[in-house]
Amino acid sequence: MRFESPDTLEAASKLLASATGDARVLAGGTDLLVQMKSEIVTPSLIVDIKRVPETRTIKEEGGGFRIGAAVTGAELKEHAALKAAWPGVVEAANLIGSTQVQGRCSLGGNLCNGSPAADSVPAMIAAGAVATVVGPNGRREVKVEDVMIGPRKLSLQKGEIIASFYLPPRPPRSADAYLRFIPRTEMDIAVVGCGVNLTLDASGTCIAARVGLGAVAPRPLLVEDAAKALIGTKVDDAALANLSAAARAACKPIDDKRGTIEFRIDVAGVLAKRTALIALERARKK
Amino acid sequence: MAKHHVSAIVNNDPVEFLCDTEQTLLDCLRDELNLTGSKEGCGSGDCGACSVLLDGRLVCSCLVLGVEANGKNIETIEGMATGDKLHPLQQKFLEHAALQCGICTPGVLVAAKALLAKNPNPTETETRYWLAGNLCRCTGYDKIIRAVLDAAAEMRKGA
Amino acid sequence: MQERVKGPKYNIIGTRPIRPDGVDKVTGRAKFGADHRVAGQLIGKVLRSPHPHARIRSIDVSAALKLPGVKAVVTRDDFKDQASEFVPAGEMLINYRDVVRNIMAREKALFEGHPVAAVAATTDAIARAALKLIKVDYEILPHVIDPVEAMKPDAPLLDEEMFTAGVTPPPTKPSNVAKRVEFTLGDVDKGFKDAEVVIEREFNTKPVHQGYIEPHACVASVSEDGSAELWTTTQGHWIVRAHCARLLGWDITKLRVTSSEIGGGFGGKTVVYLEPVALALSKKAHRPVKMVMSREEVFRASGPTSGANVRVKIGARKDGRIVAAEAVLKFQAGCFQGSPVQPACMCAFAPYDLENVKVVGYDILSNRPKVAAYRAPGGPIAEYAVESVVDELAETLKIDPIELRLKNAAKEGTKAAYGPKFGPVGLIQCLEAAKESAHWKAPLGKNQGRGVAAGFWFNIGGETTVNLQLNEDGTVTLMAGTPDIGGLRASLAMMAAEELKIPYEKVRPIIADTASLGYNFLTGGSRSTFSSGMATVEAARSIIKQACGRAAKLWEIPEEAVTFEDGMFRPAGENAGKFQPMSLADIAKVAGKTGGSIVGVGAISAQGAAPSFGVHIADTEVDPETGKVSVVRYTAIQDAGRAIHPSYVEGQFQGGAAQGIGWALNEEYIYGPDGKLQNPGFLDYRIPVASDLPMIDTIIVEVPNPRHPYGVRGIGETPICPPMAAINNAVRKAIGIRMFELPLSPPKVLKAIKSAKKA
Repeated sequence: MRFESPDTLEAASKLLASATGDARVLAGGTDLLVQMKSEIVTPSLIVDIKRVPETRTIKEEGGGFRIGAAVTGAELKEHAALKAAWPGVVEAANLIGSTQVQGRCSLGGNLCNGSPAADSVPAMIAAGAVATVVGPNGRREVKVEDVMIGPRKLSLQKGEIIASFYLPPRPPRSADAYLRFIPRTEMDIAVVGCGVNLTLDASGTCIAARVGLGAVAPRPLLVEDAAKALIGTKVDDAALANLSAAARAACKPIDDKRGTIEFRIDVAGVLAKRTALIALERARKK
Repeated sequence: MAKHHVSAIVNNDPVEFLCDTEQTLLDCLRDELNLTGSKEGCGSGDCGACSVLLDGRLVCSCLVLGVEANGKNIETIEGMATGDKLHPLQQKFLEHAALQCGICTPGVLVAAKALLAKNPNPTETETRYWLAGNLCRCTGYDKIIRAVLDAAAEMRKGA
Repeated sequence: MQERVKGPKYNIIGTRPIRPDGVDKVTGRAKFGADHRVAGQLIGKVLRSPHPHARIRSIDVSAALKLPGVKAVVTRDDFKDQASEFVPAGEMLINYRDVVRNIMAREKALFEGHPVAAVAATTDAIARAALKLIKVDYEILPHVIDPVEAMKPDAPLLDEEMFTAGVTPPPTKPSNVAKRVEFTLGDVDKGFKDAEVVIEREFNTKPVHQGYIEPHACVASVSEDGSAELWTTTQGHWIVRAHCARLLGWDITKLRVTSSEIGGGFGGKTVVYLEPVALALSKKAHRPVKMVMSREEVFRASGPTSGANVRVKIGARKDGRIVAAEAVLKFQAGCFQGSPVQPACMCAFAPYDLENVKVVGYDILSNRPKVAAYRAPGGPIAEYAVESVVDELAETLKIDPIELRLKNAAKEGTKAAYGPKFGPVGLIQCLEAAKESAHWKAPLGKNQGRGVAAGFWFNIGGETTVNLQLNEDGTVTLMAGTPDIGGLRASLAMMAAEELKIPYEKVRPIIADTASLGYNFLTGGSRSTFSSGMATVEAARSIIKQACGRAAKLWEIPEEAVTFEDGMFRPAGENAGKFQPMSLADIAKVAGKTGGSIVGVGAISAQGAAPSFGVHIADTEVDPETGKVSVVRYTAIQDAGRAIHPSYVEGQFQGGAAQGIGWALNEEYIYGPDGKLQNPGFLDYRIPVASDLPMIDTIIVEVPNPRHPYGVRGIGETPICPPMAAINNAVRKAIGIRMFELPLSPPKVLKAIKSAKKA
């Protein structure tokens, strides 16, 4: 098993593109090493991207934030400005695994692992995050909701690596929130994950919204009907009921060891409402 | 495939070892450096028994490759005491009977040390959530939490 | 922590010194199973069946043997078949014919994960590669997992020669039901006729694993002359020695077994898995072999406890007096017989003073790993069902659940359904402590409910040997043989120090290996503090007697004229004052001159083990929109007889409670329709994490056991018995619905809440 740690993404991309066997990107390793241990994957090449500076920094850029794909959950939590602007995204990222996992896990890894239940992805989708991808044909941008196309299937081509994510500038009275349902209090894979991002006008009416749902379909969803249920309303009980219904309707879950279809649908409706209320309260304070 | 030559600092001592790509840092600590204090309870980052500090950051050493440790600073349970003097956490764990079989104890102590370095005055809830990645099957966590909070109080006094 | 202690005040007993093995455990120095390495060791790995049920037509290891670095391969051909013979293993029985098949499949693979072959190679990677080269020809057979399914007449048969024992007339057709057991007292039919209220309910539980954080591990080294050393993480190294010697056909003395520090067992390490295989590999390879299970192997291939179906029927008069009680328990044994259905039957109604009881149990085979003991084996399942029905009875009769139990409580003189009459027992005291506790009186919040349940375990004694060496400087070395799974060495040192009237720090306790000490039955049955404690006391008293003899010799007076008071040996009677009193250290110093080294031996078959009753109170909060159950407050009350080291007694109460809470809320084995385990890891086998639990308050009740020199009762197992019912009863109060299935996972609870709303 070969191990390389280049210092540019172009070099990393070349290594991956030219690999003959199974080649994997290593960021935090909190998914890859687990899969290697249970022999789900046996890569012939591991490309560690952590020596590439652009994957490891958080920068304010154009009024928004550019977050390196290999920045750890712990580092996200420690960035006061990011946390203030995007508490939902940071919370979502901080729900990945344990404190120990937080010391290593990354937004890039969480997305590219391709699990429909990834904790950070619904919040990133709700935030309108855009991924910058480096590949054999240069750089391109992909909306986060377009990266995963199915369980363990990405829209990225061979040799493409996510370099960073861009979170757009925040209009006034904007806030996000993320909630997930798990059977314990920590350490579980999300049974349902919900991210809500909304903007209010001066009168308290919702003028923009995005809702992401995770673990209820083959990939994390951008639920436009759920957003429509909030836009133009004061996020009152009626709007929340419509939001819940839209969230429920968007689910295409499976029965598995973590939850039943019926349960996931019910909980999606409940979480959508609760998450929206947190986002609302935060937005009102901004 | 030639092995990787890794140089690192472990518990303030410079060390060197050889490893294959697929050997984790936990494997290397235990098998190459004979530091068996960090334990393998699951190998998949779910139990925390392998917890170490990597450049000051609390991690599961089973989720880090040995080769990634090159040039890094690693702190394990073996480095927690200073000579004959136990760290206040270690002492409080003994006083509070915060261990029964003791297999989770090294991981819990390293994790608790990382907590108190970051937050010298954690609440019970903060402590529980910080330690959620350290499974214990013997104690029900009660005496562990009490020991950590007591050690924190003592360390604040001494600080 | 509160204590209700009325006993004499001792110097050391009842205090909380630091455990003697503690420093090594907080510094990482202590060596557990996988921490040992031997020069030249090979790594052993096991090939396991991917099928839950299959005939093994052939095994071809030739390609594996050719792989450079592979030094030995073993299969069923390396283990002689064993005749059927039952032997005790903890509080359960095992059969050697089954054990030889459990460690290495013979005719059939009987569960997914069943060992089929094993290799020893120079590296881990080569061993794993070698496994992939072994070709096994399987004839896949239909499988069955669920016990009720396995009882059906058309269920796939695991053992074509299994005819249910305990049934008259004996069946003519084989089945998966290995045994039927029955315990009766009085006449339940008559009893139920007198009942004014009868409640009958059926409960289902899933199999759960002991969940020890340390996987099985051992290092085996066989010499050219056939003598062997084995290092292993185990609850009973003499048992390991006996099983391995038997399976390998060796004289027992050829094998020397050392127990490592053990990272949790809870009953799951009272049996052998890797050890005979590692020894066989080592013998073949002529090199030491180290074998360590992965977490996945632990879940797939080591014995959890049974899943079960339990039907309970209780009849009572309106005043609350229970007049008849009946239960039928169907327990999953796994692929070989020997579920804990029998002890479950014994415990089911033990907290109640009843005239008419009938408990019937079935031991049922299914294509899963053979169950191993798990803390009070069988007890938690039976008591969950019974304590839930008692709670429903209390509600129906509008009697407080503690009062109802007080009205029917077992006490001294009560005849238990399984035979014995109780000596002094502490159930009533525990119930009263519960009633008076701050917890019982505390107010509850929204969506919260409070439940209470009683628990019982009978505890065992058994063969135990302790050596006490009096060293030349008057310090003492204590050699015990029951592996220390949670603070035993502290308690033993305390008892020795109390007897010998020397400071606690002057006693060094160790767990000796099988070549250094007489036979010890394993650590289980909550017996180690009780039995090793009793043997320690006997050994200490022997030292005192011998020391008196030495003083007598020096003073040239009869031995009976020497007394031991306040730690000093004094001449008594007419010789009083004639000679300078001698301390134990003084006597030790001249031991060589007075007859040689002074060694106290307690070699006993400990009798008089007494049961321990407990009562737990649980407060739960249920989220009505998601069905999530949280435990917000918990109190564990239990009779310890005498708490030698209260911190470790509290620790047992808390640990057992936590395991019971996990069993109640989230733990379960999940099988697919293909018979394969879907959650063989700590991610999806969900044991409680630190943030799941509140502080677990404890109240130690002491009703001393008159048969033990310090009044000790075993306490380790009872605490896992009440939690599931306590929580089930609390959930009833929180959401107004009774649940009849464990675990109380959120989808089930939410479904019940929704159905109740519709109704």
